Amino acid sequence: MKRTAVVALNTFREAVRDRVLYNLLFFALVMMAASIIAGQISIGIEETVIATLGLSAISLIGLLIAIFIGVGLVSKEMDRRTLYALLAKPVRRWEFLLGKFGGLILTLAVNTAAMGVGLFLTLIYVKPTLERGDATVFVAVYFIWLKLALVVALALLFSCFTTPLLAILFTAGIYIVGLYVQELRDLPVAVMSPGMTAFTKWLSYLLPNFENFNIMAMAAHSRPVPGALVAQNTLYAAVYCAIVLTGAVLVFSRRNLK
Amino acid sequence: MQVEEGEIFGFIGPNGAGKSTTIKLLMRLIFPTTGTARILGKSISDIEMHRDIGYLPEQPYFYDYLTAAELLDYFARIHDLTVADRKERVQKMLKKVGLETAGKIQLRKYSKGMLQRVGMAQAILHDPKLVILDEPMSGLDPVGRREVRDIILELKRDGKTVMFSTHILSDAEMLCDRVGVIVGGKLRGIGAPEQLVDMKTQGMEILFELAGQSTAPLLAKATRTGDRYRLQVPEQDLYGAIEQLRGAGAKILSVSQVRATLEEFFMDLVEADRAQAAAVEVSGK
Repeated sequence: MKRTAVVALNTFREAVRDRVLYNLLFFALVMMAASIIAGQISIGIEETVIATLGLSAISLIGLLIAIFIGVGLVSKEMDRRTLYALLAKPVRRWEFLLGKFGGLILTLAVNTAAMGVGLFLTLIYVKPTLERGDATVFVAVYFIWLKLALVVALALLFSCFTTPLLAILFTAGIYIVGLYVQELRDLPVAVMSPGMTAFTKWLSYLLPNFENFNIMAMAAHSRPVPGALVAQNTLYAAVYCAIVLTGAVLVFSRRNLK
Repeated sequence: MQVEEGEIFGFIGPNGAGKSTTIKLLMRLIFPTTGTARILGKSISDIEMHRDIGYLPEQPYFYDYLTAAELLDYFARIHDLTVADRKERVQKMLKKVGLETAGKIQLRKYSKGMLQRVGMAQAILHDPKLVILDEPMSGLDPVGRREVRDIILELKRDGKTVMFSTHILSDAEMLCDRVGVIVGGKLRGIGAPEQLVDMKTQGMEILFELAGQSTAPLLAKATRTGDRYRLQVPEQDLYGAIEQLRGAGAKILSVSQVRATLEEFFMDLVEADRAQAAAVEVSGK
């Protein structure tokens, strides 16, 4: 596990040196613009507009990082052959893979936490008094991070057996479908054959349900989040990530590095 | 093929012969379809055994956002070295490969030769028992090649085993206790360089001086440079030839054995392989 941590910290250092965290500047600009615009066009609902816009920006920026950097975690190392010297050392392939995963989710944690704080400060700026429900914005940011961890795991899995471009398309595709898992479950049974109904139901449980992590409306209206939902989402993300990463390890452990 | 403890073993062969593939198999970077390999008496799949191995990949490339000192520190952490050991070993290695002043520069600014030196440093950083180097002289200038040769010899003096692949035969001849020649994916010869080339001793060379003209028939076969001549004869004809030359008034300067070089031995194998491949192609048509 120590070697996994060493790889993870190096992956984090790579992200920092490759200026991945510069997106925070972009986010700061979005927040400034949002607070100015919200102040001008909306009376009484500034915080709703700012929370919605801020959380959407955090999610979008995080997704771009999770997909594009997530796919490159292993494929870039294989293309540039930087992992040859490393894997000849006493490092198991699963340790390397988990280290890369850990490094990127650490980067995303720092990134989303910084943006979450920025969003909270903007809300304080436009709102005269603070309520208990205002902290929901931090739970929403935490849920976004859980979602991003799942996206990174998927990106890592696909990049272990296909080209980077296809891995990006597969990951983005599953993310989009994963937003509509509930709709897939609720498809009208009457218009489908029993076989098709069973298939869509099975598929809806197999795919990650990304909509579970969306509590934007609750955060925008400062409604407190039940503890059970936090526990449920944390467990769901952890189990799903574990399954996907196991798949990635199985594929990568058998892969020949040309 | 077996590499003995404490020796310098050269793995030579033309491009595409399978040198790097063999080394990658040993390093678990690719997996064999059949066969087994053992290092230091343990299976290559034994991860802990890799603590005792140093490896330099062919044309190495490392994380270019790190400095050489950071990269070595990263690998030292992977090898579980203590903080004090890490600090000491990193500085020592940078000095050994001549990068002590460039140690704080990011690797993206390094030349190919400098990367090769960093690669060498990371291979021996943890004081391994066995060092496997894939084309260690590639991309180096004469000074760099000399330094790598010195490091290899120093490793041997320290009791380490070194196996390196190369297609620069003079390096192999100069450094190796034994070489293995691989052509077309098959091991075609193994042994000390002098043993391999002894199989092809090409006779004796007589160096002599002769002023003026002579009608001795042997002179027609000799190569002339000014008053000096070189003549190659089969070993059994040596004494007869010397008698004949002395009779013609020649002054014998030296007699030496003509030995084939490793290069000639190697080229013979490569040409035989090509001829065989061509024959298979023709019969296939």
